[in-house]
Amino acid sequence: MLTKRIIPCLDVRDRKVTKGVKFQNNVVLGDAIELATRYYDQGCDELVFYDITASAERRPIDIEMVRAVAAAIHVPFAVGGGIANLQDMERVLLAGAEKISVNSLAVKNPDIIAEGAKAFGSQCIVLGTDPVRSEDPGFASGYEVTTRGFREHTGMDVLEWVKRAEDLGAGEVVVNSVDADGTRDGYELNLTGLIAENLSIPVVASGGAGRPGHLAEVFRKAHADAAIIAGMIHSGDFTIPEIKDDLANEGIAVRRTW
Amino acid sequence: MRGGRPTLVALMIAIIDYGAGNLTSVRLAFETLGVPAEVTDSAQRVRAADRIVFPGVGAAGAAMQGLRESNLDGAIRDVVGDGVPFLGICVGTQILFDSSEENGGVDGLGIVPGRVRLFRPAEPYVKVPQIGWNQVTMNVTHPVFEGVPSDSDFYFVHSYYPEAADTTHVLGQTTYAGVTFSSVVGRDNLVATQFHTEKSGRIGLLVLENFSKWNGEWPR
Repeated sequence: MLTKRIIPCLDVRDRKVTKGVKFQNNVVLGDAIELATRYYDQGCDELVFYDITASAERRPIDIEMVRAVAAAIHVPFAVGGGIANLQDMERVLLAGAEKISVNSLAVKNPDIIAEGAKAFGSQCIVLGTDPVRSEDPGFASGYEVTTRGFREHTGMDVLEWVKRAEDLGAGEVVVNSVDADGTRDGYELNLTGLIAENLSIPVVASGGAGRPGHLAEVFRKAHADAAIIAGMIHSGDFTIPEIKDDLANEGIAVRRTW
Repeated sequence: MRGGRPTLVALMIAIIDYGAGNLTSVRLAFETLGVPAEVTDSAQRVRAADRIVFPGVGAAGAAMQGLRESNLDGAIRDVVGDGVPFLGICVGTQILFDSSEENGGVDGLGIVPGRVRLFRPAEPYVKVPQIGWNQVTMNVTHPVFEGVPSDSDFYFVHSYYPEAADTTHVLGQTTYAGVTFSSVVGRDNLVATQFHTEKSGRIGLLVLENFSKWNGEWPR
């Protein structure tokens, strides 16, 4: 049986992992390679590195860091943030990343999804999206897509957007709820479930995980294929084996030997 | 079986580069193991190698085309026939079969009898491609899988799955989207996996390490 993937997310600036709430008040948690190796040793199924370049400051991608990660861990990892074009994608993939996560770039230029999928295969192209709840009846799903660290509203309905990304050739979608992000009160089940129900590609839940029960909930009730975790493990409150043991006790298939 | 092959070169694994995707992680996995491996697109280097890794990601049609254009298809048939230990991975594995349903139908190398078919899930929420870790149930013991417990998890990324025609070629099986498919196939000096053993953590590295020591003899 295909297991549910547990994916630690590392927000990296200058090779340090940081964690904030709703993209604010970032604190340094440790060296990125050290943390990646620790989670690899703990049996993470995959890893994702965001803002590896500090895209807001338009600094170039830290390719050497991607190389160092690829040499240290032998499970798939995705890199997001600061990817500006196909050449950037290629450099990151050739450095050893398995996947590229595009978010703001895809909103600005949706064709990059199709171009990336054609050049490198759909399995390499992950659409990341940051939807926020909206009362505006113009958003049929009830969620609007935001970009640039939740700072910009796009006027796009999230369900329309992820379906379009799937049609363009995205291999997976990471749904990072703006409302749940950093709260550690649980994933946005309604949002995740809505997207999982409407796409035929895998859906990764993100934002809000605080304890193992939150993962069980998003797998069981919202049918997520994978779940991103951050604060709950970065803080040392939980380890990956503890989370997986808990999920296994709940009857959810997870990878437990490695 | 290896008569006439050069013996002066150091033991070398050739990772075949035929334009079918990114080979960095395969190369890095061998680097971690301290096993010398060379990425090459040269048919001559492939023929000179002591072991062959035949990887690949992406679409079978483009992969087959890349192989023909670089004249590597003949080299692959020759080294497989010569008894050189040979490891297929993912799309590399798929094009060892007779044919694939991908790209409206593609002829493969026909080295392993059988075909490659598209997942057509009947249940809701079963996604294509299959992305993630799934169990491989071993049918037989094989030196390349020594120390790998049956039902270990390996990392898969694929929309099409191999279906071996001859059950004696099926070393391991995996179930997804309502089908049980041949996730490890083999015959003689050849072993091929649908999963990405180079991305399958320590258990995946163990398979590569075993392969780097395998003499290519089929277990009796």
